[in-house]
Amino acid sequence: MSDLTKLTIAGARDALARGETTAVELTEACLSEIEAAGALGAFVHKTPEIARAQAEAADARIKAGEAQGMTGIPLGIKDLFCTKGVNSQAASNILDGFKPEYESTVTTKLFDAGAIMLGKLNMDEFAMGSSNETSVYGDAVNPWKVDDRDLTPGGSSGGSASAVAADLCLAATGTDTGGSIRQPAAFTGITGLKPTYGRVSRWGIVAFASSLDQAGPMTKDVRDAAIMLGAMAGHDPKDSTSADIAVPDFEAALTGDIRGKVIGIPREYRIDGMPAEIETLWDDGKAMLQDAGAKIIDISLPHTKYALPTYYVIAPAEASSNLARYDGVRYGRRAKLAAGDGIVEMYEKTRAEGFGDEVQRRVMVGTYVLSAGFYDAYYNRARKVRSLIKRDFDEAFDQGVDAILTPATPSAAFGLGEMADADPVQMYLNDVFTVTVNLAGLPGISVPAGLDAKGLPLGLQLIGKPWEEADLLNTAYALENAAGFVSKPQKWW
Amino acid sequence: MSIDIETARKVAHLARIKVDDDRLPALAAEFNNILGFIEQLGEVNVDDVEPMVSVTPMRLKRRADEVTDGGYPDKVLSNAPDAREGFFAVPKVVE
Repeated sequence: MSDLTKLTIAGARDALARGETTAVELTEACLSEIEAAGALGAFVHKTPEIARAQAEAADARIKAGEAQGMTGIPLGIKDLFCTKGVNSQAASNILDGFKPEYESTVTTKLFDAGAIMLGKLNMDEFAMGSSNETSVYGDAVNPWKVDDRDLTPGGSSGGSASAVAADLCLAATGTDTGGSIRQPAAFTGITGLKPTYGRVSRWGIVAFASSLDQAGPMTKDVRDAAIMLGAMAGHDPKDSTSADIAVPDFEAALTGDIRGKVIGIPREYRIDGMPAEIETLWDDGKAMLQDAGAKIIDISLPHTKYALPTYYVIAPAEASSNLARYDGVRYGRRAKLAAGDGIVEMYEKTRAEGFGDEVQRRVMVGTYVLSAGFYDAYYNRARKVRSLIKRDFDEAFDQGVDAILTPATPSAAFGLGEMADADPVQMYLNDVFTVTVNLAGLPGISVPAGLDAKGLPLGLQLIGKPWEEADLLNTAYALENAAGFVSKPQKWW
Repeated sequence: MSIDIETARKVAHLARIKVDDDRLPALAAEFNNILGFIEQLGEVNVDDVEPMVSVTPMRLKRRADEVTDGGYPDKVLSNAPDAREGFFAVPKVVE
């Protein structure tokens, strides 16, 4: 078979079952695409030996008739996931050389299902960024191009998005704290799903903001997202916030029938300065869902405007606490000390040279908002506003809304380096449509829905009710069918 | 709320991040920019609103208080920048 790496998970699963290809062939095809794609900066640690061993085991399993949906599927794994014996650095200098002695729950589940790890993927340092420019490995690059400029694949899961869009792997893991799966998916024309908080175990994933972080699949289409989520999800006693509820068969929910479903359009998402193309895309999306038999209603989520400032209190506060563990004692790097330096100098020098600028900035902002005298004014106030943001969604769902349709991002992919002189708050605005979903703990999915005038992909976001990923995926499937997005980037790398 | 250079120095120290004196003014300016953005939260009426503790209303699981893991100090120490004789080694803490 030709073009093996272009297969979807479902396509590869069926080809494997019919004996038209093998996991070894699929894996070798991906490994050679990865070798030739250095210019994308997507794979930062390659694991061909592990991949080949897993592929052989998968072929044996398929032969024995014991295959599951993910058996024999070659994946990329975001560097944020701890993988046993393989560098897991969260794209940070402070975890230079860190090789965990354990495997994250998500990768354990994927490997137990027979999936194959091709290597680790680039990302923003500690998942803090929206352009993959804060990585210690250097930028990941978007395979989509419209002129001489290299474009960002988005962030923080930029390497995952780039690798899937460029067909270096069949799918990838991502994580999403404020939009880090959905924004890069939109920038690269792929599908990205952030599950309900608690659906997927966080154990073994380097923590950024624990009340917001959630891992999810980044795939070539909605069906693949359903298959891969099924393999990632489930209760884990090692994560006290993981929900002990049954994991449905997400793929079986994909009927494409959304007749009678109620889709809410939040008026507050029509922001000032939104490009006309985004507005048109949103209108097109409404029309597509309506044509498919859904009922479109206007809704209000009045606290939307406060979501970003709330996020930029809560996320840095939790990060400052989570990142306190990087002290140069137990793992990662320690700064070279001068004669007479004590333990405090060791901490301060190690963290100054180990953390990049954006991570330092967020740790210090978090430290400030948690410090005595400011805790109530900033942190507690933000937690109260977060309650109001969640209440807005609860009220919309109580009115009978099944899902909410919004744009995924306020623009298409921008050029790498173009935001270098902008203040950090400008970069934060990338997450304006996605961050509410993390604050409210809801599932959200970005589906590629069109191209802008220059030919760059644009995504629409659907937001679902808690634990209703199956229904959300089905609505996304209907949108995908109607949008008929089939464009791929021209290969230049 | 405005952050001066002394406050920036104090926050950097609380965060245990060494920031050279010549970088403090720029850092204070960045803080002020971000905090200016956060100030908007002051507009929201939060009277009688409970701060969010858990985004999904669920009771955390409990289990018996017993040892379920451990007994491999070599693995625990395998990534340490400096480990000696089964311990993490750090600069002298107590005179």
